[in-house]
Amino acid sequence: MYFRLEVSPLKSEHDTRGKATLSKIIQYFGFSVEKIQTRDVFSIIADITDDDAKQMLKGMTNPVIQRGVIGESNLDHFDWIVIIGFLPGVTDNVATTAKSLLCDTIGRSLNTNEQIFSSIEYLISASQMNADQIQTVAENLLANPIIQSIECLSKAELQKNGIPINKPEYLQSNKIHVEEINIHIPDDDLIRLSQDRCLALSLMEMKQIKQYFTRKDIDNGRQAMGLTQNPTDVEIEILAQTWSEHCKHKIFDAEINYTDENGITSKITSLYKSFIKRSTYEIGEDVDWLVSVFNDNAGVISFNDKIDLVYKVETHNSPSALDPYGGAMTGIVGVNRDPLGTGIGANLLINVWGYCFGSPFISAEKIPKGLLHPRRIRDGVHQGVIEGGNQSGVPYGYGWELFDDRFIGKPLVFCGTVGVLPKTINGQPGHEKSIQPGDLIVMAGGLIGKDGIHGATFSSEALDQNANAQAVQIGDPITQKILYDFIIEARDKGLYRYITDNGAGGLSSSVGEISVSSGGCIMDIAKAPLKYQGLQPWEILLSESQERMTLAVGPDKIEEFEQLAKDRDVEVSVLGNFTDTGKFHIKYRDNTVAYFDLEFMHEGCPQMQLCAKWTPPNHSEPQSIDNDGLDIASSVLSLLERLNICSNEAKARQYDHEVKGLSVLKPFVGIENDVPTDASIFMVSPLANEGIVLSYGVVPKYSDIDTYHMTASALDLAVRRIIAVGGSLEKIAAIDNFCWPDPVQSTSTPDGEYKLAQLVRSNMALYDYTKAYKTPCISGKDSMKNDAVMGGKKISIPPTLLFSLIGRLPDISTAQSLDIKSAGDLVYIIGLTKEELGGSEYYGMKGFIGNNVPKVDADQSMTIYNALHSAIKNEILHSVHTPSLGGLAIGLAKISIAGRLGLDIDLSQIPTKEQLNIETLLFSESNGRFIVTLPGDQKSEFEKTMDGLSYSCVGKVKLAPKLTFYDDNKILCNIGINDLVSTYKKTLSTT
Amino acid sequence: MIPNVTATIITGFGLNCERETAKALETAGASVELVHLNDLIRNSEKLSTTQILCFIGGFSFGDHLGAGTVFANRIMNHLGNALKEYVERGNLIIGICNGFQIIARLGLVPSINGIDFEPTIALASNDSGVFRNSWVTLKVNKQSPCVFTKNIDAIPLPIRHGEGKMVVLNQSVLNDIEKENLIVLQYADPQSMEPTNDFPYNPNGSINAIAGLCDKSGRIFGLMPHPEAYLSPYNHPQWIRQKLNGVLKKEGMGQIIFRNAVNFVTENLL
Repeated sequence: MYFRLEVSPLKSEHDTRGKATLSKIIQYFGFSVEKIQTRDVFSIIADITDDDAKQMLKGMTNPVIQRGVIGESNLDHFDWIVIIGFLPGVTDNVATTAKSLLCDTIGRSLNTNEQIFSSIEYLISASQMNADQIQTVAENLLANPIIQSIECLSKAELQKNGIPINKPEYLQSNKIHVEEINIHIPDDDLIRLSQDRCLALSLMEMKQIKQYFTRKDIDNGRQAMGLTQNPTDVEIEILAQTWSEHCKHKIFDAEINYTDENGITSKITSLYKSFIKRSTYEIGEDVDWLVSVFNDNAGVISFNDKIDLVYKVETHNSPSALDPYGGAMTGIVGVNRDPLGTGIGANLLINVWGYCFGSPFISAEKIPKGLLHPRRIRDGVHQGVIEGGNQSGVPYGYGWELFDDRFIGKPLVFCGTVGVLPKTINGQPGHEKSIQPGDLIVMAGGLIGKDGIHGATFSSEALDQNANAQAVQIGDPITQKILYDFIIEARDKGLYRYITDNGAGGLSSSVGEISVSSGGCIMDIAKAPLKYQGLQPWEILLSESQERMTLAVGPDKIEEFEQLAKDRDVEVSVLGNFTDTGKFHIKYRDNTVAYFDLEFMHEGCPQMQLCAKWTPPNHSEPQSIDNDGLDIASSVLSLLERLNICSNEAKARQYDHEVKGLSVLKPFVGIENDVPTDASIFMVSPLANEGIVLSYGVVPKYSDIDTYHMTASALDLAVRRIIAVGGSLEKIAAIDNFCWPDPVQSTSTPDGEYKLAQLVRSNMALYDYTKAYKTPCISGKDSMKNDAVMGGKKISIPPTLLFSLIGRLPDISTAQSLDIKSAGDLVYIIGLTKEELGGSEYYGMKGFIGNNVPKVDADQSMTIYNALHSAIKNEILHSVHTPSLGGLAIGLAKISIAGRLGLDIDLSQIPTKEQLNIETLLFSESNGRFIVTLPGDQKSEFEKTMDGLSYSCVGKVKLAPKLTFYDDNKILCNIGINDLVSTYKKTLSTT
Repeated sequence: MIPNVTATIITGFGLNCERETAKALETAGASVELVHLNDLIRNSEKLSTTQILCFIGGFSFGDHLGAGTVFANRIMNHLGNALKEYVERGNLIIGICNGFQIIARLGLVPSINGIDFEPTIALASNDSGVFRNSWVTLKVNKQSPCVFTKNIDAIPLPIRHGEGKMVVLNQSVLNDIEKENLIVLQYADPQSMEPTNDFPYNPNGSINAIAGLCDKSGRIFGLMPHPEAYLSPYNHPQWIRQKLNGVLKKEGMGQIIFRNAVNFVTENLL
């Protein structure tokens, strides 16, 4: 039986979705619209009675605010109807919930032929709009054609033909077909094969595969399994995923010939091993808190004698470019599974996010065809991470946004999660796990569909017009939350031995990786639960359908494990067992569809050989403005409204930061809670004294001059932010996230050697400065193909390295914030201001890059950080802030906004080595500096603590709401705080 | 310790405030049991040994089909009678945020005409159309019979919701609520301490600035703000300033609501 259930707002005032849509159509498109009414529609195809349908409708309609109708309600006043559903096979979370409701109503579960589909109908009153305009709005605001279906009908068409039935069933033949892939073909054909199947394998890699399958010893073993010297489609796809740049990090593992600016060439055996790992292992000889680094889904550090902390930051750039909402939601719920899959399974504690976008205000004509407008990407990405994070019940610690029009081609979407791992679980170390031969391979969580097939290989290539919607997955935070609760319960009961995440590459990657622990596996993928029939074996294995974990369960525990899953409404299935045969053995029912050595799978990929050549760029410099010619007030206000400096609170307030009740220093601080904190602090558990400190540093603009100093500056910024809120250098761990444009020289990337040199230099600085600060990288991720090629034009992102830091604060009551708090307090600046305007926001505003990029003097900075830390700990300060983009001018403006108090600042007192002009004093973005305030009676105590360091008293906090700059006694300018506040907030004020 | 007071927190399907709510009740002296909804349905006798039943915050079933809808429906279908009996024995219920949305959907508050599982109020989408997390100031109605808010005049708490706008079925419901003093908490202007409809002090556009309601007995209490997120004095957004000015609390103010509940049970129900 088919039923159409329709739920609509009882009164138009309750139709917030309609109202929001109306205002966006006017704001974004300028069309004239009178009214929009919306309603939710459910197509129920199920063996139920009229009465059941009525009961279900009653259950889903809130009589106080909604009207429910079976069939179609009659409305007179509209001109157009737009119906948005999902395309066949796309995850429909609302329908999943409606199924739960139907099951509760009829008291039984649904069979596979019984389906529910959800859609939204917009009834638009707009007599002035034509069909094309309605279609434009539908495609660019109401739906994403890559995942959603759109039907636009005029009132007349609707009256003539009736309302269409939304029934996006996924119909495919049930015939299972395993193809043999002929690889005994010429090189050109091998290249074409790789392209046609979206394998993203190079010729060298294809030949390596050919060689392996031709080996006599291999052939003998395969013949016994009914296989030939050609791989099956299952096998070639498994290898392509496992060897993808996304999974294998081939560029970071490549052998590189690096030639520096003096023409001196050196050989680097692997960036990863030579710089990142080396630094961490060397630091590890001095510190005792590294528990597990680089060998699990996330890094693990010791926090106290009871718990370890787990931290991972991921990127989800390519999917977010295609479907910002679904892609970003998958980003956040996906990274949640990393701590959950670390050790024996960590509890989730805190999320973080950060995004790089093109300007949301860029004119639509400047966006190449095939790319979404940055405003749309921004709105969708926020919405996805907001819903994903909030529904998972994990608070966010901080969030940031950076804008540069080179991110039009690919936005960067960073999502991270901190987890807590008890040191001991059921008498075993929480961070350890191992698989024994004979353990069962169990998949838990969602069902498998076509979503996300080829995600790993897709993100290993540039984005082009042919990008495929299958590469996008849509997360389902509630299914995952239910799975998470179940896993933690099973963990504490000791029901499994090993756990890992199903992410990129699906079962192929997860089972492939963890089989190494026992030494092999045999698995029948016909046992995997599917969303719909018709998936081929290779698709089942590669699907990146979300909300799934792979576990190893001992045969003695499987019954209890399955019972608990049933009690918690969690889908689990036993797919096979782990072995010690050395083989990755996949069957579909009785037939072997993949059979090769685990060693070949993981170690067989040949190392890349690359060249890098560094030629320092030379940018033009703007004319410096002399002190009398500088309009300070207008420069400060113009900077304050720039996208990279202004407040993003309107979006950030939509993320929950207080669930779990642990928040101590919130994402926004100040007397009106409206200025971003330097770093966030959370209690480690309810009412604990110990705190977790989180900060980040990212300055891609400096990459235009030198990625070495970009990297040093990003790390220094993140470190000093931890210091600013009361943290110390004693225990800080870092996560590195490299997002680079393709650095491999080719016809499509003629500047590959330069981009690779940028990567080399960044890694050199990473080694030098993480070593100096003793901030080891415990985990990381690289995303190396952040380019888009549209209409023959290539857009590459600026090289971007994000450092995400995690530290420990033994006593949260000693934390400090950046807002100034009392009139009369003295204002000090600590650290030297230098002639370093290169890459600054100030130069950017003038249309220049310049050359004097900020550098980092780690020795000098560490002395300052240690001294400042004791000043904060001894509670002699009233506020601490570390300036970043926009320099001291913006730093001072922000603390003034945050405290809603004025400042008198004498610029001639700012500590410098040499005489600098006012432009430089105000806007240089030199590293290693702080602005602090303190009461007069702490002056001598403070100066004693700072003895021998570069600091000086530059002024006072005042009640008068004005930011006043002096040059000695001469007033240079006065800016009212109200002007600062309104300028700071207006740019990104839309929710 | 008052070992005899037992509190039950229902968990599962996207609810997520169990840990901090348990901490609040334990700190107040109750022994706390977390029970998955499916387990409670299988074993509803658990309700006969508890005196405080908590519907906590979270996103049950993702708020799809309206916040609280599917969770409330499952309770109505499987636990309706047990819940009614639980209430008739004079026990306490607190519904916080998603929990308030659930008990409103079940008609447990204001339940002017007793419990018939027909809702008379709803928590609709915020006027802003979006989720919001911020701190609000709440004025307590001293005339209300609510047992959870004794000895509180005003309290700052965080809100975290997308659907928190109080809407009533009709004017007579509002009249009854006002006549019986069932309004417990109202969003207030922190300067004047008067209830307000002005954003952001009133974050969602609730009618009469209502943030929390109780039934006539005062034993069933639903509220949108989160008292369990203000257990530590360091949760308050201005704690550094409070410390500087010597007015930092010894304990987070949200804790009082749970102490009141446990004390009420000790004095009246054991």
